[in-house]
Amino acid sequence: MSYLELIKLASPEAVVVITALVVLAVGLTSRRTGTICSSITVLGLAGAIGAVLMLPRNANLFGGMLVITPLTSLFKIICLALAFFTICLVRSEKSLRHPGEYLAIILLATVGLMLLVGSEELLMIFIGLELLGLSLYVMAAFDRNDARSAEAGLKYFLFGSTTSAFTLFGISLIYGMSGSTGLAAISDKLAAAPVQPLLATGIIMTLIGFAFKIAAAPFHLWAPDVYQGAPIPSAAFIASGSKVASFVVLGKIVLVGFGPVHGSSAWHAMAAGWSPVLAVLAALSILIGNLVALAQTNVRRLLAYSAVAHAGYTLLGLVAGSRDGFSATLFYAAVYAITLVGAFGVVAVVRGETGGDDLKNFSGLAARAPLLAGCMAVFMLSLAGIPPLAGFFGKFYLFSAALRAGGNYGLLWLIALGLFGSFVSLYYYLIVLKAIFVDQPSLETSSSPDRSSSDLLQRITVTVLAAAILVLGLMPDTLASRILAAVS
Amino acid sequence: MIAWTIYLTFAGAVVLLVFPDVLARWIALLTTIAGFVLGIVAFVRTPVADLAHFMTIVSVPWVPPLGMNYHLAVDGVSLTMVLVTGISAVSTVLFSWDVDHRQREFFFWLLLVVGGCYGVFLSADLFLFFAFYELVIVPKYFLIAIFGSTSKEYGAMKLTLYSFFGGMFVFAGILAAYATAGSLDLSQLVQFHFSAQLQSWAFPVLFLGFAVLAGIWPLHTWAPTGHVAAPTAGSMLLAGIVMKLGAYAGLRVAMNLFPEGFHAWSKWIAVLAVIGIVYAAAVALRQHDLKFVIGYSSVSHMGFVLLGLATANVLGVSGAVLQMFSHGVIAALLFAVAGRMLYRRTHTRELDALSEMNLSHALPFAAFAAEITILIGVWKTYPIAVWITGAGMVLVAAFTLRALVKSFFGEVRMQTGRVSTDAEWDEQSITLAEKCGACLLMFATLAVGLYPKFLLDRIMPAVEAMRFLK
Repeated sequence: MSYLELIKLASPEAVVVITALVVLAVGLTSRRTGTICSSITVLGLAGAIGAVLMLPRNANLFGGMLVITPLTSLFKIICLALAFFTICLVRSEKSLRHPGEYLAIILLATVGLMLLVGSEELLMIFIGLELLGLSLYVMAAFDRNDARSAEAGLKYFLFGSTTSAFTLFGISLIYGMSGSTGLAAISDKLAAAPVQPLLATGIIMTLIGFAFKIAAAPFHLWAPDVYQGAPIPSAAFIASGSKVASFVVLGKIVLVGFGPVHGSSAWHAMAAGWSPVLAVLAALSILIGNLVALAQTNVRRLLAYSAVAHAGYTLLGLVAGSRDGFSATLFYAAVYAITLVGAFGVVAVVRGETGGDDLKNFSGLAARAPLLAGCMAVFMLSLAGIPPLAGFFGKFYLFSAALRAGGNYGLLWLIALGLFGSFVSLYYYLIVLKAIFVDQPSLETSSSPDRSSSDLLQRITVTVLAAAILVLGLMPDTLASRILAAVS
Repeated sequence: MIAWTIYLTFAGAVVLLVFPDVLARWIALLTTIAGFVLGIVAFVRTPVADLAHFMTIVSVPWVPPLGMNYHLAVDGVSLTMVLVTGISAVSTVLFSWDVDHRQREFFFWLLLVVGGCYGVFLSADLFLFFAFYELVIVPKYFLIAIFGSTSKEYGAMKLTLYSFFGGMFVFAGILAAYATAGSLDLSQLVQFHFSAQLQSWAFPVLFLGFAVLAGIWPLHTWAPTGHVAAPTAGSMLLAGIVMKLGAYAGLRVAMNLFPEGFHAWSKWIAVLAVIGIVYAAAVALRQHDLKFVIGYSSVSHMGFVLLGLATANVLGVSGAVLQMFSHGVIAALLFAVAGRMLYRRTHTRELDALSEMNLSHALPFAAFAAEITILIGVWKTYPIAVWITGAGMVLVAAFTLRALVKSFFGEVRMQTGRVSTDAEWDEQSITLAEKCGACLLMFATLAVGLYPKFLLDRIMPAVEAMRFLK
């Protein structure tokens, strides 16, 4: 293993890190370098995507510390694309006074995502988790003029560091039992031993950190405040990139590392293992997320609670524990991430025009901005699982994978809960759409003196994302079969 | 070729978004007429013998790893439903000719509903079928909540949530079939033998889900409020086609997939259907709002459809399909009359108030309504109803008929009781578009009422080919 080869295999991460440093340096020189910085960032991301495409198909360095498979390459590209769309939202954010720093932090968080996705070793995963987490805490608190942003950052930090501690402790327990931190080696050890209380403790503690990242109940309490208080691009990135990468790595940990202690979450035959733990998380998330979202009047809080519910649905595929289930989870997580970036984009435009993001700020949007309203309809209905949008196929895939994997309809209880949840969710998504399409405008919109190019960029981004959701719904095969082929 | 009904309708929906508002109705009209003509051509040109089986027209792999295909097929039953969809769609557009705000949106949602209905009637793949089925739900919300009248937001939300509630059960039933048989293709699934234990719970789940949309008692309450809240076009679509979706899906999917489950549960379906018929008819008798009367009568008539399905014999099921067609046309006509011709001119639908108002000029309408009632009578007394449902059913039919006759003839007498002048009336005489729409619907009603054989010739062989028959 020469260093040259290492650099070759880690080139995407290296490109992003270098870009981050350059952006930081340029940002330091002057405050008026927003455009230059974001151009450099976009170039860097494009370069990183190119580097990912150049990677070999399969590689494995240092016992799983850096793994390259079609799956990791695919999801590195998805993470980089999500970072790109997030940056498109940054441009119009007037409150961010240091664009260079902000963009650099987004890039560092992206490196965290790529490390998470591209590793099958617990220590490396933890490092990725921390790099991501620390960047996101700063991103959440970045708006120094807004007390809510500070609150969001602090809350996110306190919850995040506590759960990280749990995860680290869990990892140390697992290491103590298996003598290894590589997932494959752990799997070999666990296959020989029965489930003991110590192992169960280790598994549960390890999972807590990820439950926090994906905002699964009962580790979701940070989500509403962060989604509402953080600057919009930060919130979008936390809701999208961070979630996708966490699902990828969570799936790898439970399916590869903890594979032998799957347990069972079938209704009549519960057996100890990680699957019942995730099943409980999923059930709680679906119930709490959907029911609490019913009472929200702020669109960002509503999105936060619906995020909790969606974390629950997405977990279903992992609970199933099959190849199909994992691929369904990944498809759903990717589609969800695209949807949320788009939805936050719409929120950003509305906030720019009306100064708020409550439901009443959205009323009459269809008359003001038909295209934007149509895009929001696409996002909300995709989240609700209405055809022909990607969320519909995602839900069908998830639920059918879970039902097929459970054996004798063992997971039917969880699927029934999921169906009930998506029935409830249609109500609050329709409430948002009712404000947009049915209600009369209740607030004076600022006659927007600053309908600048940045606003236009945001609108274009939102439209592109909505089109992506529609295309993925009409032709889900483009992504689904790729993921399915990569998961093997 | 018949597959183009789907493509054209959705294409029309997209195209009209690009053009200015004033052109929207023309595009919608052209689109729906094209769909209707395609339906007619297919109906006339397809040999009757070919319609006895669910004949594949398009089959393209969609998501191969999961076994999803873009698979469309047609037989006598689905062709009949495509035809009624075409008729209702054209007349619906004609009756919404003077929608005066947000026309593009209106016709966009309207065409989505129509396209979704075409899709449901032609799908031969469960996933595709379910996608079209769910696609119909949300446009209805916007049609009603934006363009409706009486407590429109409540009615729209109630209707949408009920539909989605049913959709949830359908989802569960489809998943059960898919997970067990490992296929989504209807033509393969009907060959598959599901275990009796699975059928005993999967059938009621699936059928109940569909029956919500068909307005089965006691899950029918969305229908009257929804019909009342909806704009005229919305009510016409709802009663004319959307309620038929539920019944058609119950027949095509639930009964075909799980025949043993169907036989075990059919008597309960019959019981619920009879309760629905009598109950809704009785409630309709006591309503003051004309739209409520028609709304409840729709529930009652859909009860007949469900009853026909529950008989599990060729005649009964064919009768049910025929009833879907005729009620689709008649209900659309009734709602058109109540909503457009009457409400627009008098601004009330209260039966009592109608007698107070100066409606002597509404004589054309009165004759019109009476004529429809008579047509319903012709239809109901047509002997096939007797063969199908038996003596007990005839009593119920008479009861329903009485309810309708009373409301309509009673109203006519009240209306003709006074004579006075109303200057505004002349300005609001029935427009050409409305005449065309009404004529189309009346012609269809008459044609089916007088010569149902041309439909039955195609329906009955297709029904005979289904496997749930005893």
